[in-house]
Amino acid sequence: MDTTHQHNGSTLTFPHGIHPDDNKGYTQALPIERMPFSDDYILPLSQHIGAPSKAIVTKGQQVKRGQMIAEPGGFVSVALHAPVDGTVTDIGLYPGQNGQENLSVRIKTDHFSSQQFEPVKVPDYRQMDLPEFIRHVQNSGLVGLGGAAFPAHVKFSIPEGKRCRYLMVNGCECEPFLTSDDRLMIEYGEDLVNGMMILNHFLGAEKIYIAVEQNKPEALANLRKIVKEGDLPMEVVALKTKYPQGAEKMMIKAILGLEVPSGKLPVDIDVLVSNVGSITALSQYFSTGMPLIERVITVSGSAINRPANVMVPLGTSIRELIDWCGGIKDGVTRVLFGGPMMGMVQKSINTPVVKGTSGILVLSDREVRDLNQYNCIRCGRCIDACPLYLNPCLLGLQAKKGLWEEMEENNIMDCFECASCSYVCPSSIPLVQSFRVAKGFLREKKTRDKETANG
Amino acid sequence: MADRKFPISTAPFLKGETTTPGIMLHVLLTLLPVVALAFYFFGLSALLLLMSTSLGCLLTEWFFNKNTTKKYSVWDGSALLTGVLLALTLPPGFPLWMAFLGGVVAIGMGKLIWGGLGQNIFNPALLGRAFLQAAFPTAITTWSEPNGRYLALRGTNLAPPLYGAENIEGITSATPLSKMKFDQVPTALHDLLWGNTGGSLGETCGVILLVIGIYLVVRKVINWRIPASVLLTVVVLSGIIYLINPGQYPSPLFMVFSGGLLLGTVYMATDPVTSPLSAKGLWVFGIGIGVLVVLIRIWGGLPEGVMYAILLMNAFTPLINRYIKIRTFGHKK
Ligand code: SF4
Ligand code: SF4
Repeated sequence: MDTTHQHNGSTLTFPHGIHPDDNKGYTQALPIERMPFSDDYILPLSQHIGAPSKAIVTKGQQVKRGQMIAEPGGFVSVALHAPVDGTVTDIGLYPGQNGQENLSVRIKTDHFSSQQFEPVKVPDYRQMDLPEFIRHVQNSGLVGLGGAAFPAHVKFSIPEGKRCRYLMVNGCECEPFLTSDDRLMIEYGEDLVNGMMILNHFLGAEKIYIAVEQNKPEALANLRKIVKEGDLPMEVVALKTKYPQGAEKMMIKAILGLEVPSGKLPVDIDVLVSNVGSITALSQYFSTGMPLIERVITVSGSAINRPANVMVPLGTSIRELIDWCGGIKDGVTRVLFGGPMMGMVQKSINTPVVKGTSGILVLSDREVRDLNQYNCIRCGRCIDACPLYLNPCLLGLQAKKGLWEEMEENNIMDCFECASCSYVCPSSIPLVQSFRVAKGFLREKKTRDKETANG
Repeated sequence: MADRKFPISTAPFLKGETTTPGIMLHVLLTLLPVVALAFYFFGLSALLLLMSTSLGCLLTEWFFNKNTTKKYSVWDGSALLTGVLLALTLPPGFPLWMAFLGGVVAIGMGKLIWGGLGQNIFNPALLGRAFLQAAFPTAITTWSEPNGRYLALRGTNLAPPLYGAENIEGITSATPLSKMKFDQVPTALHDLLWGNTGGSLGETCGVILLVIGIYLVVRKVINWRIPASVLLTVVVLSGIIYLINPGQYPSPLFMVFSGGLLLGTVYMATDPVTSPLSAKGLWVFGIGIGVLVVLIRIWGGLPEGVMYAILLMNAFTPLINRYIKIRTFGHKK
């Protein structure tokens, strides 16, 4: 394959997609602020995809900021650390973002502590071999901070027989409103670049890309400057501002022109993609020893009084964070975690910040409009929007009739629920909404079939 | 606000601006210049016909949907659009009661029996037109020349119901297409471009339709592939035939600017409901229309073939959609 791909042109992108109003103006220019320590932190043991962490502290125990309070519960699992100096007051069930009660560690802050992080020993990655590095990443509690919260060390463990030729960091942040990655790239650019160098020390990729959408000119300029001044072996590529540019498959398509085959992962075509928050955190761990105990969250939307980018300790109550941002205005219609295209709506804000909380949006009817639904007029706008070249029009008609098997034949399982189709549909047909139902049904059926086959 | 509960629904929480009634309204607005020209050429007759067909369409839509939950379907603009388009395909002197009936049939048979908006196979306006052509073959081929008397009625607008136009004296003149077909007399290109010819209400001024077509393409209201493929096919195919025998066959420019080709291409072939979904499918569809128009006009028994060409390709659309699949991302070519 051609590795001397030219990226001088600044309009790299993928076909199809949509152009929603990015709404980043609320917070794009606001430097990351630190939220003062709260009294109380609640840390669910399952904040990532995979097995829950196992608590290694007991009620009444004193803990230090950054101290491990739960160890990985298996390979696909990570450690969890105390966000403050304090005392464990409970290990019990607390409401979480999934709407259920989750086993969590509760810590009461020690207000007489300076809350300085004191590393036991800063790990030196140059002295490590790959398995040791992987172990360290797992014990640092690192997960994908883009929202999926997949354990980072699992992603970094390239399967036998595969390799990583292209290492990419995803700074697209294509979801409207969210600006936390943007701010990280502006304020922590050195850490980001350093993190890429550390990771590539172990992966040995031929080419490193930092992909940023064009609507982040400051981040682009900052990273280009750092890369140029350090004469670093990586390329900062500007991608067209388009949703969902930040989906891994779309980003790879834009940069390399390659399609990740259906049902496969980027690593199957020699690519590894990580995100800005994770790589920055990786760098911080290997330079200061500080594990993942805080993250940047964009708090935004038309119904929040003071939109902001906030560095928040994990376990902080969402309600306190919202209060820190001036509280909620009248006329709020939705509260959600993540972006407006793929985020999760929240019924209650009495839940804690977790590793995967990338944004908190408080929306009013300026964003969430109640629209009349009409019949499909077969205008094809959804087809021109779908980044995976699916036929949402046909799939929508089939979903309405409950033709799940037909939908499977039309590759509904490839749909990654980016919601571009629903966004453009002039008849306001709940396309992706019905696709989620169909996919759930098909997945369930598959498990059931497997069970019957196994007797 | 300790235990405040917020409303829930699922993503996405942003929605594009374009709505289905918005699209209909947009298309209707682009028809204003065409309607104004129809008035300029055919006076009051044009307005009366527009009102008759629209009334037929709207009343039918309202009547059949009033007992369902979708009460607003009469306001979505699509029935009005069908009415206006149907009127534009009619000769200026057409009896009003027939026009009204055409509107009823267009919506009733063309749309509602299929299940309403978006469910029909055939373009409703053209289906209404086809019905009128079958039911009243004489009235629908009775053309009057445009002239400047705005308040004068053309032909047999006021023929009482159940009387055919043939019973009443009408001023009959030929259209450029029939002159060409039956007498091999071409019409001056200048007259064709500016619409100074006999013909239906909306098929006179080619230049205006061309400009509107380009506007609709640029604003992405219609898919560019349809007008491109139809017009390209007509020009190339009729060009070849013209070059074989320029004396007997019409020139490609004449083909494009005469009759209902531009009106049909811009407003009816592009009806999203009745055209294919995929890019490739649209090309097949457009080329099919182009070929059929040329074949019917030159070798068929009728002077005009746009209506049948589009209806025929409408019928093929489900088949085209079935056989021309879009390749999913990450799947083999
Ligand atoms: S965008 Fe909506 S109306 Fe248009 S084809 Fe798709 S589902 Fe139908
Ligand atoms: S939600 Fe699925 S079907 Fe809709 S545009 Fe995204 S990938 Fe395509």
